[in-house]
Amino acid sequence: MTDTAWETLSNQAIGAAGIVYFLALLVTLAEWAALRQVGVAETTAARQQGGGVALAVRTGDDGEAEARERRSAFLGRLGTILTVIACTAHGVSLVGRGMAADPNRVPWGNMYEFVVSGTFVVTLIYLVLLRRYALQWMAPIVLAFVTATLMVAVIWLHAEVAPLTEALNSYWLVIHVVSAVIATGAFTVGGILSAVYLVKLRRGGDAAARPGSRVPSLAVLDRTAYRVHAFAFPVWTFAVLITGPIWAHEAWSRYWNWDPKEVWAFITWVVYAAYLHARATAGWKGRNAAILALVGVATLWFNFIGINYFSTSSMHSYAGGAETTSLVVRAEPAPLDAGTP
Amino acid sequence: MADVASRPEGHVDGPPPDDGGGRRPGELGVRELGRWTWRQVTSMRTALVLLLLLALAAIPGSVIPQENVDSLEVSRWKADHPSLTPVYERLGLFSVYDSPWFSAIYILLMVSLVGCIVPRTFVYARALRAQPPATPRNLARLPDHTSYTTDLEPDAVLARAREVLGKRRYRLRVAEPDGPGADSVSAEKGFVREAGNLLFHVSVIVVLVGFAIGGLFGYQGGVIVLVNGQPFTNTAASYDDLDPGSLFGADDFDPFSFRVDDFDLEWLTEGSGAGTARKFEAQIAYRENPGDEEKSYDLRVNHPLSIGDTDVFLIGHGYAPVITVRDGNGDIAYSGPTVFLPTDPSFQSLGVVKAPSARPQQIGLEGILYPTYFFVDGNPTTQFPALGRPLISMLAWTGDLGLDSGVPQSVYVLDTETATPLEDADGKQVRVDLFEGETEQLPGGLGSVTFEGVQPWVRVQISQTPGKEIALLGVVLALIGLLGSLYVRPRRVWVRARRVDGDHGSGTMVEVALLDRSGGADLTTVLDDLVADLTSAPTAPAKETS
Ligand code: HEM
Repeated sequence: MTDTAWETLSNQAIGAAGIVYFLALLVTLAEWAALRQVGVAETTAARQQGGGVALAVRTGDDGEAEARERRSAFLGRLGTILTVIACTAHGVSLVGRGMAADPNRVPWGNMYEFVVSGTFVVTLIYLVLLRRYALQWMAPIVLAFVTATLMVAVIWLHAEVAPLTEALNSYWLVIHVVSAVIATGAFTVGGILSAVYLVKLRRGGDAAARPGSRVPSLAVLDRTAYRVHAFAFPVWTFAVLITGPIWAHEAWSRYWNWDPKEVWAFITWVVYAAYLHARATAGWKGRNAAILALVGVATLWFNFIGINYFSTSSMHSYAGGAETTSLVVRAEPAPLDAGTP
Repeated sequence: MADVASRPEGHVDGPPPDDGGGRRPGELGVRELGRWTWRQVTSMRTALVLLLLLALAAIPGSVIPQENVDSLEVSRWKADHPSLTPVYERLGLFSVYDSPWFSAIYILLMVSLVGCIVPRTFVYARALRAQPPATPRNLARLPDHTSYTTDLEPDAVLARAREVLGKRRYRLRVAEPDGPGADSVSAEKGFVREAGNLLFHVSVIVVLVGFAIGGLFGYQGGVIVLVNGQPFTNTAASYDDLDPGSLFGADDFDPFSFRVDDFDLEWLTEGSGAGTARKFEAQIAYRENPGDEEKSYDLRVNHPLSIGDTDVFLIGHGYAPVITVRDGNGDIAYSGPTVFLPTDPSFQSLGVVKAPSARPQQIGLEGILYPTYFFVDGNPTTQFPALGRPLISMLAWTGDLGLDSGVPQSVYVLDTETATPLEDADGKQVRVDLFEGETEQLPGGLGSVTFEGVQPWVRVQISQTPGKEIALLGVVLALIGLLGSLYVRPRRVWVRARRVDGDHGSGTMVEVALLDRSGGADLTTVLDDLVADLTSAPTAPAKETS
């Protein structure tokens, strides 16, 4: 296959992934709706039972509820299958990007590729944890997030395949970025869980949960969020505090230079350290910890996308067209006083 | 739970510890106050607040240009914001990460950290030798507990429990055949968690020490070296810019020297990457010490050269047009490769020539090099960053170039304050446009300018970063500690077996309770597993134990 063929494949695959994600989103939303009806049916049934009303009515209702339940279970499974398909296409698109470059490379040379990789990991982590933590309930949220972010990437950030800048051509970079992307995906999933936790808390907690709601209890939400964060934090530590500095040292002679990207990676790290502390601090458990998790995810995504529009001096200049410049002198020599004339 | 008290104030750990003995009001002596302050400083809440403060304090440095990241940008910013500059300077906002207030936060955090881990280490050492705690009287009050009845004798159940828990690497409390704990087994595991946590926090300090050593005893410098030009000798004076740590002395420079013999790169001419280059490679000949044998090295991006404690990095390249200026007397007033700085990825570059010795008048030139010049749509442009049709296009100045005033000047800037534009017959400033090999006469018999050729240059970054190994070791240890701290689950298990004689006949009532002090686990499955193991047939007859 030629490079252009790979690039075309990549573009088609990402389109397909987007469409299938959207379908999956619709299906899981339908599942949600069906589930709510089940919930309502169940409560009415329960009420009738409590009141000791005629048996005949109840069995009729039961049958209907059961059918609804079956339908929602079917929709749930369909949604998962569609998500798996979309995720596969998503992965194919990433591979295509990598193969389209000459020489072949890891697909994260620019913002577009970075965002596509990040969302891929979000889906992947969701799918991996789906069974283990019974995450089916969060499918619509994850899918909505991934679909929307992919749309932004394809519409605004899309860039043609270009070779990596020389400075980016290092296996430390591969390790660095793989781990940063994995941590980003995991933190995002954790952030979603914490957000749901906060919403649920505001709505009155477990006691006020709508009947049939599959959103887990506050305790389970908190615990699952913690576990996902506890996975992501060491990975992030590895990415920004070990492999990042090693690579920076090889490429720029400074392992830590307080470059804006580094500053924000550090801020993210500190905020998540605070989150882990908060979970063990009296008065900060629960609500405040969840808020910190959201602050963490905000700093993370700001660093991922936002900082590139605020700072010109970042050497992590894969944003926009700056890619080609990284080997141009970066800090012009200023021996005496090279200020503005 | 003996070790709960060891945890910092405000730390919650499983069931909340009770508030260890309140102070009576009105009893704040100096010592009390001191102790109270210390307790506050080393409390969990303070650590948390300081962490958040640290995150907050780091933000300005990412928005405001920083002196040690991009000093040029700083001067530009200062010029644009004359009124804010003094305020910002007073607040240290151009160098946030060395500023007193930023330092104050992390030093306080470190104090808190030390105050936190030292006592915890002692308590941990004691806890390692201590026995698992006695079984609480009422196991049913623990959140995760279960009970069942069996026909086995209590002793058999407890023996089985010891076996099962022992196999799961729990530490068991020594049996007390006659004491109050005779009817139960108490077991504990997961000590590595606290060790990991302590290791993590100690490592944070190690990293900081390594980082500080680099900042104090190291230096960073940059220099542009012409390919096939003068060798570079490693002394302070040779650098274009130098940023030494406060404890770095002039004798600490490694006494090496090097020459750049050749510089190769490969320009991409097609595809979406056209116009970018790769495979940068500078061939370097170097001597570690003045008298040493010369060695050679291919310096590439991401492949620094280490000489002694010093690392040499290739980080940039550009062009130095060789320009000769003859003055009105026909004497050579200036000649040589002149470093031009690229202004963008097209390698259109900016540079200045100063010939203060030219007679009758000083001559200054300021202008642009187009590596592959073409005139497109009325604009002079470079079509490609490689040297295809190099052209220099420079405005000429004369008069006082300001070099005699004693004020140091940048070689990349022409001081046009006192200089006057050199004008032609129409009163327009003279612009010298030259292709390689061409010469142009200046009007008024002032002399001539010749563009002889182009010599490439490379920019190298040279640095000593002592302590980097310490910092690296620190983060690696921190990560290991973190893994222990996050994934090892400290657990306590109690099993109590008692004979009960109820209405439905007699049997042994077994209670099992589980406490996970990390609070991050789903204990029901763990409990179920345990009970399943306990109720499966014991492998040893009951008599053999105790
Ligand atoms: C440099 C500042 C600090 C950083 C980056 C930091 C980071 C962390 C991290 C990431 C954890 C999570 C590990 C875990 O959950 O087991 C943690 C836990 C902990 N930290 Fe710190 N910490 C710092 C300072 C402190 C200080 C000053 C104290 C003392 C008050 C402290 C006490 C603790 C305790 C007791 C835990 C265990 C919490 C638990 O049981 O889950 N830390 N720290």
